[in-house]
Amino acid sequence: MEPTAPPRPLPALNDDNQAFWTGGSEGKLMIDRCGDCRAYVHPPTPFCPACESRNVAAEAVSGRGRITTFTINHKQWMPGLPVPYVLALVEIDEDPTVRIPTNIVGIAPEKVAIDMPVEVLFEQVEEVFVPLFRPVEG
Amino acid sequence: MAHYGEKKVAVTGVGMSDISRNATKTPMALTIDACMQAIEDAGLKRSDIDGLSSYPGADNNASGFSPIGAPQLQDALRLKVNWFSGGGEVPGQLGAVFNAIGAIAAGYCRHVLVFRTVYEASARKMSKQANALFDGGRAHGQLMNFAPYWAMTASVQQALYFQRFAHDYGLKPETTGRIAINNRRNASLNPAAIYRKPITLDDYFASEIIATPLRLFDCDVPCDGSVAVVLSHIDAARDCRNPILRVEAVGSAQKVRYSWDQISGEALARQATISSSAMMWERTDLKPSDVDIAQLYDGFTYHTAAWLSSAGFCKPGEENDFVGDGSRIALEGDLPINTGGGQLSLGRMHAYGQLHEAATQLWRRGGDRQVQKDLTVSINTTAGGPLSGCMMLVRE
Repeated sequence: MEPTAPPRPLPALNDDNQAFWTGGSEGKLMIDRCGDCRAYVHPPTPFCPACESRNVAAEAVSGRGRITTFTINHKQWMPGLPVPYVLALVEIDEDPTVRIPTNIVGIAPEKVAIDMPVEVLFEQVEEVFVPLFRPVEG
Repeated sequence: MAHYGEKKVAVTGVGMSDISRNATKTPMALTIDACMQAIEDAGLKRSDIDGLSSYPGADNNASGFSPIGAPQLQDALRLKVNWFSGGGEVPGQLGAVFNAIGAIAAGYCRHVLVFRTVYEASARKMSKQANALFDGGRAHGQLMNFAPYWAMTASVQQALYFQRFAHDYGLKPETTGRIAINNRRNASLNPAAIYRKPITLDDYFASEIIATPLRLFDCDVPCDGSVAVVLSHIDAARDCRNPILRVEAVGSAQKVRYSWDQISGEALARQATISSSAMMWERTDLKPSDVDIAQLYDGFTYHTAAWLSSAGFCKPGEENDFVGDGSRIALEGDLPINTGGGQLSLGRMHAYGQLHEAATQLWRRGGDRQVQKDLTVSINTTAGGPLSGCMMLVRE
């Protein structure tokens, strides 16, 4: 019998990061944004480092971005872990300084490349909607 | 420059327990071995030690990452100290040294015992999932953003930056391979090292791919062991047993985002090494060409490559040419690197093994691996994501 893939470890949610980790329930990638100067703020933090405003709240972004960097992991760190898999940082189209650690799915790992355009999809684990990314169609 | 506080501080003694993959002693016993050896090496007694500093503080779990903290050691050795400190929220793994320097410069202490103890090799035999990053529950803190993505070890996470460094600066696997070969060759001459059988470029390319572009031989070795260093006020150091190894400069600056995922700009590839290096060079009249030996952090080979340019030994993008066939960084070369084998081959003592090695070389106790040219100036560096720091020692 094939070993079952272990469940994804999950982050502890709080009022700051709740929107980011659960926005996928409505299919939305939610990133904090300053209501005054409109700068994006990530990870979610109730302070705008650009203008010092506290008026920061999560807003939906397009869910599109580019691969900043990646690695193809070959090592099975725990029983059942499906390898190889791609760990990546994705920068969102709206602001390339906002980076999201993620797995790249829907593509053979050896075809993944830096700067590849990708789009978000979500995998629900308990109450968390984990953002994953796949290549943009076409 | 003379007013900088670190110049009032010297390394006066070093100690190292057995470093192994299967300790026969407990973490406390290893720590006591290293610490008592360092105190004796300095020509001091326990009662002379009036400060205590450790990285990263006891973590009170089964990971083996940091089984012994400053409070446990203060009690075990019954030290009477004016000041002590232990913690991981410091500028790189040498942060406990920087703290000790501050305490001496501030006049709290004259002789500070600094130590680092690990028990990761034995811990992993007890639990294959033992690691410092995630303990199996919900993830808290800065690494939580990596938690769901199977990024549970430093190697997978650091491979992201290795990839970007190779992309931005053209770092070749032959170059990281030469660094691994160099460290192993030095370890072959160091009886304290864990892995001592020399390796070739073929061995390097044949080693298992862990997470592209990272191969097994790019990775340091989790181990059991303890290293201790005594730092003393320069006036007190003159009464100690060993020649003075004065701290010439410290680089502790953190001017990029302290983050494992949001670090950006040039730091995306080079991580936090640039700002710490700049601070060190601002605090000395010496230049990179004055450095005789370099203990450049090698949690992964690419950290060493990045430090070659971050420390100013070459320009970014010139790392391949600098390392070349490895002769320049060898014991006989212009800039011997990781002369004791580094973490790749001695064992992952988180920069403290390399600090021990710097003193060993400057005191000319290196035995078969002793660098033969005159040695006056050494630098030590640390790396890994936002972790970065560096320091320079000068033998007077």
